Parts: sequence; C-alpha cells; structure tokens
Amino acid sequence: MTDRKIRVLIAKPGLDGHDRGAKVIARALRDAGLEVIYTGLRQTPEMIAEAALQEDVDVVGLSILSGAHNVLVPSVMDKLAQNGLDDVRVFVGGIIPEDDIPALKDNGVYAVYGPGTDTQQVVSDIKQAVNVQD
Amino acid sequence: MSKIDPQAIQNGDRLALSRALTVIENDDPQSLEIQADLFPHTGQSHIVGVTGAPGTGKSTLVNQLVKAFRQNKSETKPPKVAVIAVDPTSPFTGGALLGDRIRMADLSGDKGVFIRSMASRGALGGLAHNTAAFATILDAAGFDMIVIETVGAGQAEVDVAQLAHTVVVVEAPGMGDDIQSIKAGILEIADILVVNKADRPGADNTARTLKVMLDMAQNSSNLPAGKHGTSNSDHLFQDIYIKQETWKPPVHTITATEGKGIAGLAADIQAHRAYLQDTGVWQIKEAHRLRRDLDALIRDKLLQQWQQALDQEQFEGVLQDVIERKYSPIEAANLLVHDKTK
Repeated sequence: MTDRKIRVLIAKPGLDGHDRGAKVIARALRDAGLEVIYTGLRQTPEMIAEAALQEDVDVVGLSILSGAHNVLVPSVMDKLAQNGLDDVRVFVGGIIPEDDIPALKDNGVYAVYGPGTDTQQVVSDIKQAVNVQD
Repeated sequence: MSKIDPQAIQNGDRLALSRALTVIENDDPQSLEIQADLFPHTGQSHIVGVTGAPGTGKSTLVNQLVKAFRQNKSETKPPKVAVIAVDPTSPFTGGALLGDRIRMADLSGDKGVFIRSMASRGALGGLAHNTAAFATILDAAGFDMIVIETVGAGQAEVDVAQLAHTVVVVEAPGMGDDIQSIKAGILEIADILVVNKADRPGADNTARTLKVMLDMAQNSSNLPAGKHGTSNSDHLFQDIYIKQETWKPPVHTITATEGKGIAGLAADIQAHRAYLQDTGVWQIKEAHRLRRDLDALIRDKLLQQWQQALDQEQFEGVLQDVIERKYSPIEAANLLVHDKTK
C-alpha cells in the first residue's frame, strides 16, 4: 500500500525579508493536501539545495522580491544539479519582470508567478508537474 | 522510482539515504527490502527524543544542542548527528506545514548533520507511523546520534519514550500550576527535564515545581524519580523503572535562543547514555522497543488481512444497524471479526 504525498520546499533565497507571499503559498499548498517544508528567510542557494536533498522534495518554490532573481535562480539550479536533484521541479514567485521570465524558463524553471496569482493555479500546476492525478 | 542501493546508504551517500527515507515514508514496496538489508547493521546510534508542548522552543533547542555536539572539542571526532523533526498533518486536508527547519539554519552546510522533516500522517502519539523505521535507516547510515523532535505534545503523546534511549522533556514558564506536574503522562517519561525560555518571568518557579515533583515521586514509592505510577496491567516500562531507579532526572534551565545552559544539557545527555550502558538498561530498552515494533507491525498486518477479506456489503449493513441503534458498536465488531476468522 503506497501513500505518495507531494513534498514541496518553500524557500526565500537572498536578503529580502518579506515572506508573506511565501507563507500564503505554503498555506495554500498545505490546504491542498501537500507536505510543505518552509525554510525561513535569508537562505543561500547552497542551503536551499542542501535542504532539498535532505527532504527529498518533488518541488522547490523560490520566493524572490529583491530583484536578484537573475543571479539567485541560476545559482539554485546549479546547486540542485550538483546534488543530483535534476528531477526536482523549480517554481519561482515574486516580483519578476516579464522580460526576465524567458531566460529563467530556459534555465529550467517550470513556472513563474507574479502578484495576484490564484493559489489554485499554483496547486494544479504543481500537481501536473509531478504528474499526480487528483 | 529508481532502485536504491542499501550499500550506498551505508557508504554515506546522502541522496540514496534521502530517497530511502521517502520510500519508507510512503510504504513503497521497496521499503521492506531496504529495511531487511540495513537492519543487521543497526543498534549503534544513541536515539534522543525531544518532546514538549507546542511553542516551548524544541526546534531552537535541538538546533543549539546539535551545534554543541558537533563543536565538542573534547572528543577526537565529533559525532555525526541526524535530526528527525515531526510536525502534524492536517486531519482535514492531509497536508502539512513542516516548519522545524526554520530554527535549524545554523546546522546548514555541516555535512555531519542530516535533518529530515516528517509529517505525522494521522499518527497520534507524537510521532509518525514510520519514525522508528527512519531511525533504523539513519542508524545504518552511520549516525552516532539521532535526535527525534516530536509533534508539539501535550500530556499523552508518549510514543517517543518507546523509541528513544534518552527522553528530554521541554517545558516553558507559565504553562500551568503544580497540579499539572503531578498528572500522569509526559513528565513521567523524562530522563532529563528542561525549562526553556529561562529569560522569561516565572522560569525559576517552574523549575522548582518540577524538582519538587521529582522529589515527591522519589519519596512516595519505590519507583524512581520521574517514573512514578505504573499500573499492573501495562508493565511496558516496569523493567526500565526498576533498573533505572538510580537515575534522577536533572532539571535544566535554558535560554535556547542565546545558547545559555546548552553545554550542561549536552553533558547530561552523554551522561545518561553512559548510565544506560553501564547499568545494562540500554539492552532492556532495545528489547522493549523491538517487542513494541513487532507488536505494532503484527497488528497492522492482521488489520490489513481482515480488511482485504472484508465483505463490504455486510460491513455497511452492520454499520447501518449500529446507526439505527440495533447493535452496540462492540456487538457489531464481534460480529464482523468473528465472522471473518471462522
């Protein structure tokens, strides 16, 4: 009898201290029946990749409001790959200019969400990404 | 899911270890094989349980404690430490928010530390169904110490006492009067008591109340301090009570956020381990734990067998009769179970 639960790491890389958005998403995912690991503020890419490894998550959600996404996201992707976690899906949320989104997706990011995103959208995208039927 | 090599886990491959824990947690078919391969290589780790009410500072305490063990200069080689942090699963959605890592950021980057969050997934005793199996895997992976932080526990979540060699119960000031301290339950399972948040008013009072409680327990019977009140019907801990009577649980006042008092606590945890080994209680505890594990697994197996053989229609019919008050639940259970074992 297997009881597969989707595990998600919600992390805030870099130096911005605003985690309302991260908490809203964490709560929405929890309410959707997912297991959410929240790491707290001011995480380095190394810390995030390390936590993803130890927790064996299916998905990493990065919340970035500092504008440093073009540096932080590729760094997180690198470190995840170094840890052998190429199969982990990465989602990014926060204040991300439209123009930056294609480059992030080229880098392997599954989806990017801005302010006002319907949390149900995020839930269904994650379920689709890890291929779990409702 | 790809195949996991148990040898890789023993060789310290962290990804293999992490994937194995997922397999165990999900009761994946591979779980049985992995446990069978690794179990013979276990029995080395010192399992330390940390329990207490929500918000008493367990995660912060664990963070400081593990840091202290890792930085212990007196040992030639610092112990490798694994942390299993259990948080509750929502009974309504099945989801969980696992937030213990937030307090453990200091341990990040240390390859001698492995932290895994675990949702309770419906288990009620303060641990998850597969926490013991997690400990087995981490033991085989070569961790010298496994710290298990329970769900924020109240009075009756005492499962950790069956799993851990050493139980640390964390209290905070202002959590109730002295009657709380002589009630049965969580305080009884403590090998070491901690009053955390000692910078708050009332911490000394709480520590004094706990010490009085321990003295009362010692004076009121032959049972050891802090291990008071066995019933004859459940002799679960009786051997341990008798054997452990010379250990008096110390009470530590600690301010975990500042690391104050942590060194003393770490030393007492080591002292308790030495005590268990010197007195032979270690082996008794292991035997008890394995008996309980076996017991629980047999119960699960029997339940599963019964469920597989169950005639769903008959079950619904009997349930309807119970709802209509034709049978009492106990009559109904007898009916359903006896029918199946004929």
